[in-house]
Amino acid sequence: MFLTLPLFGLLWRAPWSTLPQRLTEPGILAALRLSLLTATLATAVSLVLGVPLAWLLARTEFPGRRLVRALVTVPLVLPPVVGGVALLLVFGRRGLLGSWLDTTFGVSLPFTTAGVVVAEAFVAMPFLVISVEGALRGADARYEEAAATLGAGRWTAFRRVTLPLIAPGVAAGGMLCWARALGEFGATITFAGNFPGRTQTMPLAVYLALEQDVDAAIVLSLVLLVVSIAILAALRDRWVAA
Amino acid sequence: MRKTLIGAALAAVLAVSGCGDSASPAASASAGAASGNLTVLAAASLTESFNRIGKDFEAANPGVKVTFSYGGSSGLAQQIIAGAPADVFAAASPATMKTVTEAGDAAGEPRTFVRNQLVIAVAKGNPKGIRTLADLTRPGLKVALCAEQVPCGSAAAKALAAAPVEITPVTLEQDVKSALSKVKLGEVDAALVYRTDAKAAAGDVEGIEFPESAGAVNDYPIVALKNAPDPAAAAAFVTFVRSGPALDVLVDAGFQKP
Repeated sequence: MFLTLPLFGLLWRAPWSTLPQRLTEPGILAALRLSLLTATLATAVSLVLGVPLAWLLARTEFPGRRLVRALVTVPLVLPPVVGGVALLLVFGRRGLLGSWLDTTFGVSLPFTTAGVVVAEAFVAMPFLVISVEGALRGADARYEEAAATLGAGRWTAFRRVTLPLIAPGVAAGGMLCWARALGEFGATITFAGNFPGRTQTMPLAVYLALEQDVDAAIVLSLVLLVVSIAILAALRDRWVAA
Repeated sequence: MRKTLIGAALAAVLAVSGCGDSASPAASASAGAASGNLTVLAAASLTESFNRIGKDFEAANPGVKVTFSYGGSSGLAQQIIAGAPADVFAAASPATMKTVTEAGDAAGEPRTFVRNQLVIAVAKGNPKGIRTLADLTRPGLKVALCAEQVPCGSAAAKALAAAPVEITPVTLEQDVKSALSKVKLGEVDAALVYRTDAKAAAGDVEGIEFPESAGAVNDYPIVALKNAPDPAAAAAFVTFVRSGPALDVLVDAGFQKP
């Protein structure tokens, strides 16, 4: 009830009579495409970096592991706007790494689509890491040991034994991560700015529409909700139930 | 131990996602409706001056306590229309004020109490040597503007159209303070912000006046609200803001007299 009521609020206030022409406004499609693209890329980045990190946290012992695990949750605790400022201080033009990137490669992340992906991955990756780590802890490590005694290398054992075991956990974590990235607002607008077609994702478009026209904001929110629910439902059936 | 840590992390997840919901605007204006408590919703650019004016007003009216809620004018207007218990509304643009008067939430006619003008905000010392609006078209120069949906953005669009100068900004920020902070952090070379904002950040930025800004002066209207819990104090505050001493404070902050 509590979770779904706001959704009904949106449906109730939606300007149904003007919906068709509002939906064909050119800005919506660009923002939606950008949102889906960046959320998917952010999830890909999170999978590439997050799964190995989760494996390290779950399967190995190293000094400071607890601290590392606590640090992984920092983006969850940090208000996203603060996260955006922190990213600027690191990857910005005058940032720790950003100034080096800028002078050496001429690469500058803020105000680019790549910057959106970085901001979304920063905020969303912990969801993936925590889910995958949980799945790894639930999986029996003896299967991996058995694979090792049968001559499988670490990578083969991971790919052929561990990954299939934790696949549902990875899929669930990936979905959480994708959903969080899709809804990301604070870090994105702070780090990547807001420019239509380049860094203006749906949540940013909704926020700015709200400044002027509540109806337009509701339409944008509904589009984002319908598309994301459809995609998540479709993926869930395919991955989790299988 | 490991399980409790994961549990703690999950709790953190839940807490954070819960916070996201409760950050909705109406929560900020729930200060009690007891008499003698005045709630003023004001545009973010008024923060410094209204804090001072509020203290002066309290000193002049013992027993009255003024609470401010600052934010983007449009967001505040939405809160008022949604029924936030507030006594006075001071907006950064007549257009935003109009949404409140049209919804029938204002008591009386809004009055313009100050004006604000745009300047070019650049890093301290003006390393890029920016002098005019046309300088902002230089290739390689990064410029931030406000989005046209917010008052500082529509003022910037008006000034640029009057010049006429065409700029390709790298970002359209959601309010004037975030445009300014992009200059402070060195992420952009220049931004069009209000003179008052540049003045408030004088330690980090320089404000460069440009003649075209005269074509996009922003009027700040103020009005007492119809559902004010304390109508007498609300009217008194509006009168006070338009009086000489309060105007001095506002002019000090970089505003112009109406």
